[in-house]
Amino acid sequence: MDWINAIVQGILLGGLYALFAAGLSLMFGVMRFVNIAHGDFIVMAAYGALLAVTFTGVHPLLSMIVVVPGLALMGYFGQRILLNRTLGDDILPPLLVTFGFSIIIQNVLLEVFSADSQKLQAGALETASIQIAEGLNIGLMPLLIFLSALGVIGGLQAFFYRTSLGRVLRATSDDQDTVRLMGADNAKIFGYATAIASAVVGIAGVYLAMRTNFDPSVGPARLLFAFEAVIIGGLGNLWGTLAGGIILGVAQTIGAQIDPGLQILAGHIAFLIVLVVKPQGLFPKMKG
Amino acid sequence: MPEPILQTKGLEAFYGDFQALFGIDFEIHEGETIAIIGSNGAGKSTFLRSITGMLKTQGQDIQFLGKPVGGATAHSLVKQGLAMVPEGRKLFPSLTVEENLMIGAYGRSGSDWTLETIYDLFPILKERRHHGGTELSGGQQQMVAIGRGLMSNPKLLLCDEISLGLAPIIIKDIYEAVPKIKATGATMIVVEQDINQALAVADRVYCFQEGRVSLTGTPTTLTKDEISAAYFGLEAEGAQ
Repeated sequence: MDWINAIVQGILLGGLYALFAAGLSLMFGVMRFVNIAHGDFIVMAAYGALLAVTFTGVHPLLSMIVVVPGLALMGYFGQRILLNRTLGDDILPPLLVTFGFSIIIQNVLLEVFSADSQKLQAGALETASIQIAEGLNIGLMPLLIFLSALGVIGGLQAFFYRTSLGRVLRATSDDQDTVRLMGADNAKIFGYATAIASAVVGIAGVYLAMRTNFDPSVGPARLLFAFEAVIIGGLGNLWGTLAGGIILGVAQTIGAQIDPGLQILAGHIAFLIVLVVKPQGLFPKMKG
Repeated sequence: MPEPILQTKGLEAFYGDFQALFGIDFEIHEGETIAIIGSNGAGKSTFLRSITGMLKTQGQDIQFLGKPVGGATAHSLVKQGLAMVPEGRKLFPSLTVEENLMIGAYGRSGSDWTLETIYDLFPILKERRHHGGTELSGGQQQMVAIGRGLMSNPKLLLCDEISLGLAPIIIKDIYEAVPKIKATGATMIVVEQDINQALAVADRVYCFQEGRVSLTGTPTTLTKDEISAAYFGLEAEGAQ
């Protein structure tokens, strides 16, 4: 039963990793743009939630009402004003600029919030659980996070395949030059893509703050998990990203079951195995 | 004579230090079909890339629908009524045929062309509408590319080498659509390496050579010698 429990908890943990990864996957898919500061943006969103909760006293879940649109706006204008200028034939400038962002965000957070570990108190939600069988309980919070990941990825998928803007984003992912001949303004399209990705970062940040302790330095590790989930699942496939998150989560909880010290290492090993066996990821991009 | 729908005066284009166009004077009137012919590297595609805004044209004298559009962005020109069928078709592989057509309407201004009228023009596309854009045969892909261009309801449609790499019988199929498109009142520029095909559809011909216009005229008045001289840069005597 312990092992089944480990797998179930791993699947649920995978939902959080998929939320970390979805925004990264989306930005890379549409713009071929790797955001090194992705993890730090998630942590920034977590601090945003902390501020909202501290000032208004609302339940952490409700902080999403402010954090998600706030992040989306920041994403849009950040892309339009700054990041679009770094895009071009050379892939190095966006890497360098977002690497710089990563350092700046960590230090500003350190300056403002100190290095103290923080966590949002979610009240009864934290301890509530559903008993599935003897010795197998599912925490309400991990379940909520997992269902949110399903909802976010399903929603993104529907958006990409059913709306006019989603179609243009997919076309942009295929061929940035030719979409200009369709009347699409690349600068705006990229802004929209980053806004959507940042909204997902906002959701991920709030859940991060509710589920684990965080401090200004935890961003890069989240980036690593996000990267691993995206690569395991296959670039440009959002359901693949969810699967990648789940595989990473399950590998970690199984590792932890063997020996608590093995948790993180087991995830990295699973990632390495996939990278060696299927470098394209398990579910490479499908055709529309 | 009314204002030309598109006019360039002394248009120049550069790739870095390399000058590709040396002062192109060009005009096209409403309802006209113009063919641009010329050998590889004559500057035909560069000319189209310039007037669509894919190449930077700051400060150049280009008029579209009576307005100066030198330096205008590609997407704003689409909204003003300029559409291009790019060389090599450039369909979006992750989109279906129907989605490829629909994306053509992204920057649209009017509502003359719809999926239905495109399917009337190319009935085979209706059968294939749920296939991936690049899963079709070359000729069918070209039909999608033309349909995608029409979906933006262009006042001026530019077709770059639509017969390139296709079998003659397929080229015939595709060019059968041209009179139907013209019948809707569309104005077209067709860039072609195939001189006979160009002469067959065009009201007027421009021949490009090494970045300059080497000859203009109507298909009925131009002689074969004139064209080969303008096309290959050979003197009439030398051609014999």
